[in-house]
This record gives sequence, C-alpha cells and structure tokens, in this order.
Amino acid sequence: MSMNRREFLKIAGISTILGLGGVSAVHGLRNRVEASQISPAPKALKAKRWAMVVDMSKFKKEEDYQRCIDACHQVHNVPNITDNPKHEIKWLWKETYEHAFPGTEDEYLSEEIKHLPFLVLCNHCDNPSCVRVCPTKATFKRKSDGIVMMDMHRCIGCRFCMAACPYGARSFNYKDPIPFINEAKKNLEFPTRTKGVVEKCTLCYERLATGLQPACVEASKGALIFGDIEDPNSGVRKVLGARYSFRRRPELGTRPSVYYII
Amino acid sequence: MLELAIKGSRRYWGLVIFLLAIIGVGFISYLYQFRIGLGITGMSRDVSWGIYIGQFTFLVGVAAAAVMVVLPYYLHNYKKYGKIAVLAEFLAVPSVIMCMLFIFVDMGQPLRVLNVLLHPTPNSVMFFDMVVLAGYLFLNILVGWTILGAERKEAPPPKWIKPFIYIAIAWAPSIHIVTAFLYAGLPGRHFWLTAIMAARFLASAFAAGPALIIILCLIVRRFTKFDPGKEAIQTLGKTITYTMILNVLFLGFEFFTAFYSQIPGHMHSFVYLYTGLHGYSQLVPIMWLSSILAVVALFLLIFPQFRKNESLLAIACMATFFSLWIDKGFGLVVGGFVPSPLEKITEYWPTLPETLITLAVWAIGFLVLTILYKIAVSVKEEVVFDKYGEKQVQTE
Ligand code: SF4
Ligand code: SF4
Repeated sequence: MSMNRREFLKIAGISTILGLGGVSAVHGLRNRVEASQISPAPKALKAKRWAMVVDMSKFKKEEDYQRCIDACHQVHNVPNITDNPKHEIKWLWKETYEHAFPGTEDEYLSEEIKHLPFLVLCNHCDNPSCVRVCPTKATFKRKSDGIVMMDMHRCIGCRFCMAACPYGARSFNYKDPIPFINEAKKNLEFPTRTKGVVEKCTLCYERLATGLQPACVEASKGALIFGDIEDPNSGVRKVLGARYSFRRRPELGTRPSVYYII
Repeated sequence: MLELAIKGSRRYWGLVIFLLAIIGVGFISYLYQFRIGLGITGMSRDVSWGIYIGQFTFLVGVAAAAVMVVLPYYLHNYKKYGKIAVLAEFLAVPSVIMCMLFIFVDMGQPLRVLNVLLHPTPNSVMFFDMVVLAGYLFLNILVGWTILGAERKEAPPPKWIKPFIYIAIAWAPSIHIVTAFLYAGLPGRHFWLTAIMAARFLASAFAAGPALIIILCLIVRRFTKFDPGKEAIQTLGKTITYTMILNVLFLGFEFFTAFYSQIPGHMHSFVYLYTGLHGYSQLVPIMWLSSILAVVALFLLIFPQFRKNESLLAIACMATFFSLWIDKGFGLVVGGFVPSPLEKITEYWPTLPETLITLAVWAIGFLVLTILYKIAVSVKEEVVFDKYGEKQVQTE
C-alpha cells in the first residue's frame, strides 16, 4: 500500500474538520501508515541473517578499495573530516593486516602481508556487545535479518557502544557533520546526522528494502559477496564452504557476520 | 533547618562567591561545548571517554565511602562516629550530584537524557548505574536530614528511619560495583576486563572517600566550634590504612597477571601508562606521581607513630586522595583506550574548556557540600553534647 505523509495529513485533517471523530480516524490511519512502513516492499531483499564475504584476492589496486568506500560514504552522506583525525567518521575503510587482525601477526610475516590493507566495517555481529551496553536501545539487532541498526534520533551520545565494540567500527559526531559533506554529491534520500550521536555501517538496510544490494557490494565488482548465511544455497555459503575463511577476533564471542578469504 | 544556610560569616560568604565564580566560568564553557559539540574536548574516535567519565567513576567511589563511617556507627554502635556520621552522609550527597553532572556533560545529546528512562534497557549496565545512583542520593538526603533534625531537637532519631539506614548501608557498595561493571564486561578491552575490577574499585573508594572525610573534619574543626573528635579521626585513619594497602595489593595482582602471563594485550595498557608505548608517553609522569603519592601515603599510614600525628595524617590523607584521583579519575579510563582494540595509539589530554567544565562541576559539588556542612555544623554548635553525652564543641 502506499500513502505519503501529505495524503495522510489531508485525510486526517478533513475528517477532523468534518467532525467525523478525527482522533479515531487518525488512529486508524496511523496504523495503516506504520504498517506500510514495516511490511517490506515486494521486491525487498530478505534474509534470515545477512553476511558478507570479503574476497581479498580481488582487491589489487588502490582504486578497488576506494570504489567501495566512496560508494558507501557517498550514499550515506558520511562527512569527510580531514581537519582533525581525532574526529574522523568512517563506515567502511582500509586497515592493514596487523591492525585488522591484531595478535595474529607472526614475527617473520612478510612485510607485504603485514601492511596489506583489508577492507573493514561493522561486522553486524550475531552477539553484538555494542547492543548489549546501549542504555536506550538506540543501537539494536534487527530481529528479522540480524542487521545491527542505529537509531540516530534516540542515541544520547554516551559512547558506551564505542567502548564496547572490539572492532573500532563506530564513529562519534564530535561536531556538526553537515559542513563536511560535499554538497554536490549529497544523497537527499538518506538522512544526515547531527552532532553528538554515534554512527556506523547499517548494511544499507534502506537499499535492501528497495531490492538493491548494499552500495559497497554493488561497487565491488564481485569482490564483496553478500547473502543469507542461513540459506545453504546462498552465494556466501557456497564460498565459505569451498574456501578457507576467517573473521576478526572470533575469540571474543561476538560472532561477526563479515568473513575474509585470501 | 535550611535557614541556617543563609546566616553565615563573611568567610562563609566569601567561599560561596568564590565557588559561584568558578561555576560561572565553567557554565560559559559548557554553553560553548553545547553549541559546538564534544569536539571541543580532547576526546577522539579512539579515546571516546575522558576526564568527565573518569571523574564520574572516582566520585561514585567517594559517594559510596560514606558507608565506612555509617556502618560501624549504626551496625556496631561505634559511638565515636556519632558526631561525624552526618558529615559522611552529607558528603555522599554532593558526590552523587557531581556524578550525575559529569555524566550529563559527557553526553553528546544531553537533551535526550530522559531516553534512558523512556526506553529502560535492563541489559545495559549504564541504565542500572543511573537507577542505583538516584536511589542512593535519595537515601542519603533522607537519612542525613532526619538524623540531623532529631539531633537539633535533642531527641532520638525516629524509629521509621532505621530500615532506610540499613538499606543505605547495603546500597553503598552496590553503586560502586555497578560502576565497575561498566568497564569489566567489555570484550576486547583487556585492561578493564578483569574480575578484580569491582574489588579494586571498592578498595580504592574506601581509601579515597574516608581520606576526604578526614580532611574535611580537620577543616571543620579549624574553622568552626564543632569538634569531630580525635578518636573518630584516628579510627578512620586505620580504615584508610587497610583499604589503601588492599588497593595497592589489588593493583599488584593486576601487574602480576599481565606480566607473568606475558599476554601482550594484557600488558600493553600498563606499559603505556607507566613507561610509554611506541614512543607515546603523555601519561607516564602523572602515573608515576600517583605511584609516589601512594608510597608516601602508605609509609605515613602504616607506622602508628606517624598516623597518630594529625598533621602527618592530614598529609597521608591528601596523598591518598590525589594518588587515587589520578589513578582512577584519569589513568584507569584513558588506559583502557590506549592502545585501541586495533592496536593503534591515540593520546588524550583534556583541553582548556574541558578542564573548566570539570572544575565547575567540582565547584558545584563543593558548594552543595559547603551549604550542607554549614547546616550540620550550625546544628552541632548549638547542641553542646552529642547524644552519648560527649562534648562536641571546642572550648578555647
Ligand atoms: S562490529 Fe562492533 S559495532 Fe558492529 S555489531 Fe559488532 S560490536 Fe557492534
Ligand atoms: S552512544 Fe548512542 S548508540 Fe551508543 S550506547 Fe549511547 S545511546 Fe546507545
């Protein structure tokens, strides 16, 4: 069903003017509107639990990474803060092997591997410590498909989740991000954030809802494989069944949903 | 009794105005932070908590420490504490108020503070912390005020207050245990991920809090006619001796586990704090200062002949307080973030506005404390003998 805000207000307003018991009319309509927001569009992509496989063998050149990062940051209006690295905001970024997988590097590991950049992002953990600590449920794991979501209107900016995430996946808006968004490339379909809230990758829930793959996956030319990990026939499961894969810090029990293959 | 707060000497008003001035400067700094955001502080993506949360952590301990006086007094009927029990309870009140203010100034979206209550989340330790702190504040105001009111009328405290006193005693450690759980349950933060964290918190709190109570008692005796009593101060000195020893021991246990096991993640933060890591060593001087103060404090506390000398005891108390203030109000929080879980190092140091805001919160605490103590002391100055018939007013 489709009813936009304007129509809704019109009907609600008219029914009030006509004295048709405006309140109950509004109630009835609101239920319909909310229901229309919750029930997925027919072409929406659905899964029991989304997962991603990063195929490092396909990241050869600098631009292979940058394409994905730019796609993500542009579509989500992620500010490009360069004046102070302490205030940096990033959803998807490069991290060298020794930092992405701390504690696993060997003494005689080749310099090449040690400094090999890996693409990292929020792992949408199955057992997310960030969700456990949030005092307002502003960050929560979506029951339907396991995405770890952010409600930036509810977040109080306590940053407990940042202390709890062992992957450094979360960024805090230390200042107003708007001046750091390229006005020309701004995506008007996706909300910008205010100062004082935490943000991170949300696995493009807004694109999935309209039947699109996540922006980074789309831009990756096959280097990022995305799918339902609980479906044995999905792309991710096939790769994971066929090749050796690993995750970031599995010993912590967060059960990341992002896998790496080399 | 409130009227007692506004009848004061020039010295009293001088202090009040001085504190108000600090609060004013801090308030302006806060407006600046409110407008620009937390970017005006020294915090960063990697070190996402700083001195605000550190002070909060430290002050929860000071608030809880009232129990070190209240427990022997009410549960073991230790009469010498009769005179200072109210002082301890009234120290808890501004401490909790400061805790709440530090949480508030640390929030990115302070106007949404009620979200914590609108969307109660029992699996979040922070939610529990807010609940227990509010409860503790209420209990201490209630108990302190009622007992003091009774003393003023020279009547025994009403019976109905008893259960509240016992609840407050049990409640006190809980506020600090819950605060320790904020830290001790986070995967990937090895420095905090230690079962002894809560025990360490309690030990350090029960040293720093009573140390502050002794300092306050000495100040009160100096400037008013009320005498908290030599023996009460000496007994409290013994409490500090034991809790400070425990605190240092617990820290030693942490060192042992980290360095005997040789697990890098467990050692890194300690190395960063005490010797510097990969050339980053901003916190090394203050951590060593904290250690030296702890040694001085222990030296003065352990030998009875020093402890019995009130001036030396005062020095020991100040050393204890500042040592723990650095250790817990700063090092503990920042150390947990350095190195980051990705083993990168970003250093932290508070900025000027951040410092001014911090000072202002302390000034608010001292203002509340001054007013409460003014009331308490005025009552006590009128009532020459405490309820055990002991003189509590000095005669020149
Ligand atoms: S990676 Fe971090 S932010 Fe993302 S779900 Fe896991 S714990 Fe939460
Ligand atoms: S900063 Fe926001 S999302 Fe993170 S724990 Fe606090 S309220 Fe929750």
